[in-house]
Parts: sequence; C-alpha cells; structure tokens
Amino acid sequence: MKRFLLPLAAFAVLIGFLAIGLTRDPRDVPSPLIGKPAPAFTLPQLHDAAKSFSVADMKGRVWLLNVWASWCVACREEHPVLVEFAKTGQVPIIGLDYKDKVADARQWLDKLGNPYTLTAVDADGRVGIDYGVYGVPETYVIDKQGIIRMKHTGPITPESLNKKILPLVAELSR
Amino acid sequence: MTPELGHFALILAFVATLMQGVLPLIGAQRSQAQWIALARPAAQTHFLLLAFSFACLAQSFLANDFSVAYVAQNSNTQLPAIYRFAAVWGGHEGSLLLWVLMLSGWGAAVSVTSRQLPEVMVARVLAVLGLVSVGMLAFILFTSNPFARLLPAAAEGSDLNPLLQDPGLVFHPPMLYMGYVGFAVAFAFAIAALISGRLDAAWARWSRPWTTAAWCFLTIGIAMGSWWAYYELGWGGWWFWDPVENASFMPWLAGTALIHSLAITEKRGAFKNWTVLLAIAAFSLSLLGTFLVRSGVLTSVHAFASDPSRGVFILLLLGVVIGSSLALFAWRAPKVSAGGAFALVSRETMLLINNVLLVVATGSVLLGTLYPLLIDALGLGKLSVGPPYFNTVFVPVVVPLLMLIAVGPLARWKQADLRDMARRLRLSFVLALLAGIILPQLMGTWTPMTALGCLLAVWIASSTVFQIVERLKIGGGSAPTSFWGMHLAHFGIAVFVLGVTLVGGYQEEKDVRMQTGDVVSVGGYQLRLLSISAAPGPNYRASVGEFELSKNGRVLKTLHPEKRQYFSSQMPMTEAAIDAGFTRDIYVSLGEPLDQQGAWSVRVYFKPFVDWIWGGCLLMAAGGFLAVFDRRYRLRVKAAASLPASATA
Repeated sequence: MKRFLLPLAAFAVLIGFLAIGLTRDPRDVPSPLIGKPAPAFTLPQLHDAAKSFSVADMKGRVWLLNVWASWCVACREEHPVLVEFAKTGQVPIIGLDYKDKVADARQWLDKLGNPYTLTAVDADGRVGIDYGVYGVPETYVIDKQGIIRMKHTGPITPESLNKKILPLVAELSR
Repeated sequence: MTPELGHFALILAFVATLMQGVLPLIGAQRSQAQWIALARPAAQTHFLLLAFSFACLAQSFLANDFSVAYVAQNSNTQLPAIYRFAAVWGGHEGSLLLWVLMLSGWGAAVSVTSRQLPEVMVARVLAVLGLVSVGMLAFILFTSNPFARLLPAAAEGSDLNPLLQDPGLVFHPPMLYMGYVGFAVAFAFAIAALISGRLDAAWARWSRPWTTAAWCFLTIGIAMGSWWAYYELGWGGWWFWDPVENASFMPWLAGTALIHSLAITEKRGAFKNWTVLLAIAAFSLSLLGTFLVRSGVLTSVHAFASDPSRGVFILLLLGVVIGSSLALFAWRAPKVSAGGAFALVSRETMLLINNVLLVVATGSVLLGTLYPLLIDALGLGKLSVGPPYFNTVFVPVVVPLLMLIAVGPLARWKQADLRDMARRLRLSFVLALLAGIILPQLMGTWTPMTALGCLLAVWIASSTVFQIVERLKIGGGSAPTSFWGMHLAHFGIAVFVLGVTLVGGYQEEKDVRMQTGDVVSVGGYQLRLLSISAAPGPNYRASVGEFELSKNGRVLKTLHPEKRQYFSSQMPMTEAAIDAGFTRDIYVSLGEPLDQQGAWSVRVYFKPFVDWIWGGCLLMAAGGFLAVFDRRYRLRVKAAASLPASATA
C-alpha cells in the first residue's frame, strides 16, 4: 500500500513548490549594478533637444531613474502611479525614454500626464544597454553619491512604491 | 446582445456539465439505469452549449464589438478577418474557452462512438470528463470571463499580438489543445476503471484508440508550433527548450510511454497499475502545462500576460484533479492483480525499457523546466536553464530509445528468441553502419554526432521496411492497419532523426551587412540584394527586401523578407523569406537598417533537410491515425471478450 502513495507524495511536494513559485516574480532579476556607480551618460532632453542631461547633474540628491517608452503597454499601467507620486514632490523622477520617437513620446506625456522632472532621450538604446535594461519599464533608485541602490523591474504598483521604494528613499535621504 | 447570449450559454454549459459529472457517477455506484442514461445527453448538451458560446465570441470578434473587453484587447478593425477569427483564441480567456470546447467535444465524441461499451463504463468516463470540465468552466466563469463588457466601449481595439498574426496561429493552438485535452479521455478511462475496480484488458483496448488519437493531435500541434517558431520568430531554430515548448513536450513524452504500455496491458494484462499511473501522468502534465503557460510562474518567449489570482485558481484545480486521482490510485492499486509472467528477452521487456526511458526523459524535461522555480522557491537565487542542460541530459536517454525502435517490434510476447532477432536485424545493422560512415562524408565532414544520427535513422528506417516486407510475405500481402500505423510512425521517427542530425551538423549561418547589389553565398547558393523598399500592409508598414537566389549563375527565385512595424504596438516584427525545398531551405531575414546609405544587416541561413523534421512528425501522426482506425477497436465488446486476449493480434 505504501509504495502506491509515493506518486501522491511526490505530487504534494511539487504543488508546494508551485505554490511558492506563484508568490515570486520570475522577471525580478537582481541587477549586478546594485552597489555600483550609475553608468554615466549625457543625453538630450525630450522637451528641449538643445539642453542635455547627465548623471553628474544629480550629484548630492537621491533620485529615481524610470525607463519608459510610448510603445510600452506596461508603462501605461504604472504611469498613473508615477503621476500621483510625483505630486508629492518627495524625490525627483528622471525619465529615460527608451528606443522611442520624440514626437510619440511627447504626445504620450501630453495625454497621460508628465510625472518626470525631465526626460532624457535614449533613441538608440545605448544607455539602456549600459544599465542592463531588458524589459521596459524599469526603475532605479540612485543615492547622493550616484550609487545604484535598487532596481525595480516591471510596472511600479502602489504596493511596491510604498513598501520597497519609499522606505529606501527615506533612508537614503537622511 | 450576442455576448450576453454567449455568456448565458456558458453558464448553462456549467449546469449541464455539473449534471454530467455528478448524476451518472452516483447512478453507476447505485446501478440506477435512469441516472446512468443521463451521461450521454448531458455530454452532448454540454458540447452544443459551448459550441454556441464559442460562436458568440467569434461573432463579437468578426463584428468588431469593442464593447467586449476581450475583443478590445485582442482585435482591431484593421485586422484581416481571418485573424479576427483566430484572435478568439489569441488571449487568455478565449484560449481557455477553446480548451473546454475541445474537452466537451471529446466527451461528445465518446458519447456517440461508444455504443459497444458497457453503459456503466461510459457513464463513469463521461462523468469524469464532466468533472474536469466543471473545474475549467468555474475557472472561466469566475476569473476569466471572455464576455465581460467594457463600458463605455472602446472606439478601437488594441490589436492582436503581431507575433500571433500568422497562418500558423490559426491552426497551432487548436491542434495542441486537441492533444492536451484528448489525454483527458485516457485519464477518464483510467479513473473510471479505478472507480469500478475492474482494470482489465478490455479497459486498455477501449482507451487505446482515444489515447492514440490525442497523441496524434499533440504531435501535429507541437510540430506546427516548432515550424511557426522557425519562420516567425526569425531565429532560424526549430526548438528552443522554452518552458512553453516543454509544457507541450512533457505530456507528449508521457503519452508516448502510455501508448506503448497500453499495448502490454491490452495484449498481456501486465503493468496495469503502471499504465493507469501513466494515463494520470499524461493528463496531469497537460494540466501542469496549462498552469505554467497561464500563471506566468516561468518566463518564456511566449510571455503571456499573467494574473496571480488566476494562477492560484489553476493551482487549486491542479491539486484537486491530480491529487484526488492519485489518492484514488493509492487506494485501488494494491488490489489489482499482476499480469502474466514474461522472460527477460521478450516484447514486454522491450516495452518496459521503452517506458523507463521515456519516463526518465519526461522527468528530466520536467526538472529542467521547473528548476528555476525550485531554486527561487528555496531562496537560492535566480537562474535559467537552457539548451545545454537539455541536450546533455536528453541525448543519452534518447539514443538507446531509438536503438530499441528497430528491435522491439521483432520481439515476441512472453519469450523472444535472441538469435532469431539478431538474424533478422543483420542487414539493417550493416546498412546502418555504412550510413554512419558514408552519409556524413557525402554531406561534407564526418563528425561522431552526425555519424550517430545517420546510423540511427537508417537503422530504424531499414528495419521498419524489412519488417513490413517480412510481414507481407507471411500474411499473404496484407497486414492490420495498426501494424502499418506502428511502422509508419517509427519510420517517421527515422525521418525526423535524419532531419535533426543533418540540419544540426551542416547548417550554415551568415550575419552580413548588405547594400543593394551585394552578394552573399551560402551552401553553394548565391543571394543578391536587389532592393529594399517600403510597402504598406493592412495594419502595419513594412520594409520589403528583394533578394535574387541563384546557383551556379542560374537564377532560381526571388525572395521577399519583410521587417514589419505594426501600428498598434510599434513592435518590429521579422518575416523571414524561405525558399523551402526537399533537401534544403534557404532562409533570409532582415535585421536592422545600419546607415543612411541603405545598408541593412541581413541574416542568411542554409538549412539542409530541415523540413524532414516536420515531415517526420507528420508521418508519426499519420501512423497514429492509421492505428486508431484499426478494425479491432470497433468490434463489439461481447465478441472481443469471448476471445482469449492473446488471440486478438
């Protein structure tokens, strides 16, 4: 009798693992850049191509780098969260418009609201490569010394904002 | 109005399937003829209601009814009509509806073609199918209603995923689901037999044609998926060991083991418990596949949108269906009698080895697929398992399995004569050895792996042909359809192996920068880029390349690969151009424009014998269908039961 229970027991273990697996996000991959200086770049700004933005400009401030694009469906999902959060003015959000057309991007922000202090245009995705972007949206928390402290892959939800990002920002700002 | 009718039909189907799942089961336990008799009409009603519901959803798509949220998410007015129809199963909700429609279709087919089976058995089988359907319909109705309205209606839909806008999508998922879901019938037969406590040869005979039919559909479905990935993803490969591919491959492997072990159970009454367990496993792996694809616990190129609450629901369903059937197994199996004894060298042993190897193969694919999840669940980090693991683990298991294909069918039941078998295999052995030495050299270079592949292919093919010739001599020029079916399927494997070997060993791949007028040569062919121009499509704009294919200065054909930009998603899509041939494919795909002078990166492949891979799969499926239509499955049960098991060849 006992050996005939083996399949059931093996299956119970499998179900246990699958249940734990459900609570994890397979897209949430730890970035090797955490604890390292944010890769430097200088890119034109979305709303004024004559002006540029570089990482060095943010020295001495805690800030968020949010990678987005107008063609990205998941960005549409996180956008209201960002717009709402930007109103609190707690921390500057710099957008990185990834592999996008300037006209499309501007129109997108006009329609859905602009949470960004400013947006840098990474038209050919070079900077994205330096940052190890493999899915849009992604968000980086960068500290006063310009060190990447956290990377969030996928859309920011109110939950991940309040539980993960904001506590870290508060700690870094001290 | 139409969506509401569809939704209503879906709810009615849920009620019908509850009746189908519960009443006949009680009736069978209490021997109540009226309740037993409910099974067939309930199964047929269930199917008709779901077919109506499905038609309603299809109508909403064809009519561009964007007040239905699912339609608005997966369709668009610019989408050609055929894709608007295929979009019905392009997303989560619709593909689940297709899944239950198929399930009810199999149930209805059993109810119509099972006149020769005992009524009690039919009642139990249909009831089990009904219970599975209850679970899936509850899933659809409570978490994934395809008819949910979007008010106010969207002015325009957001289009079907461009990857899926392809003729391959029209047929690939239905075929795959037919296979997945078809194993539910084998599962239902096994559970019905466990409930009744009568696991006998008759049970195995009844479930054999159904299992084989499901296996055929799954084979075609997987082959079409592989072919679709080959020309649509633009990577030029035919199998990527992606979790979603593995999800369909595992039930296939278990199903292959099941078809073979059913043969032993039918003919010799042996391995009954094992066969039942395989039937449960094949369907469980189909359900697991559905879970993996639909819950998003694993990342995949297929990257379907996922929703955690849905994952929990499928996991519960998985736990209830598989858990209860394994518990039933643990309860009933100890009482099942052992089958007839057999010698070490016998067909039973051959089939046992076949089963062990196939189960090991299934297990290794399962382990590789779930490994990232296990490691993550144990908190040991993130990793991914790729082709190197699968190739390392899979090849050593499959090689002995392929060796056995030639030997197994020669062995007699109970006890086989090793010397006689060796004599009959002598010629095949010589031919295989010659093929291993010569074929790779004809193709170019000799390597151990290509030699092994050629050897195995010729070994299987030649012994199959010899066995057919032998049988025709003895049988006076005729043989049962199932005999033809088996050998055709085995021959298909030989064709498949040869294709895999030759394309793996001799393909050429070039990534080049090309400007108008440039020529690239590959596999003895020349490709000249004539032009790259812009062309509009119905819901995309494209850059179309014009390439002239020639060999030894003779122009053969012009090829037109495309790079498409779909309006709705802005995602670039690669449409490769392929000149398919019997012995080779020439494959061109456009990369990216490189500079202002009009240079593009272009990828060119020479793929020898690549179509043999899918051709082999089709032969396997054709063999399976031949076996399904063997006359003996249609004999009345009384006649069959009066014959001793060994006399029904």
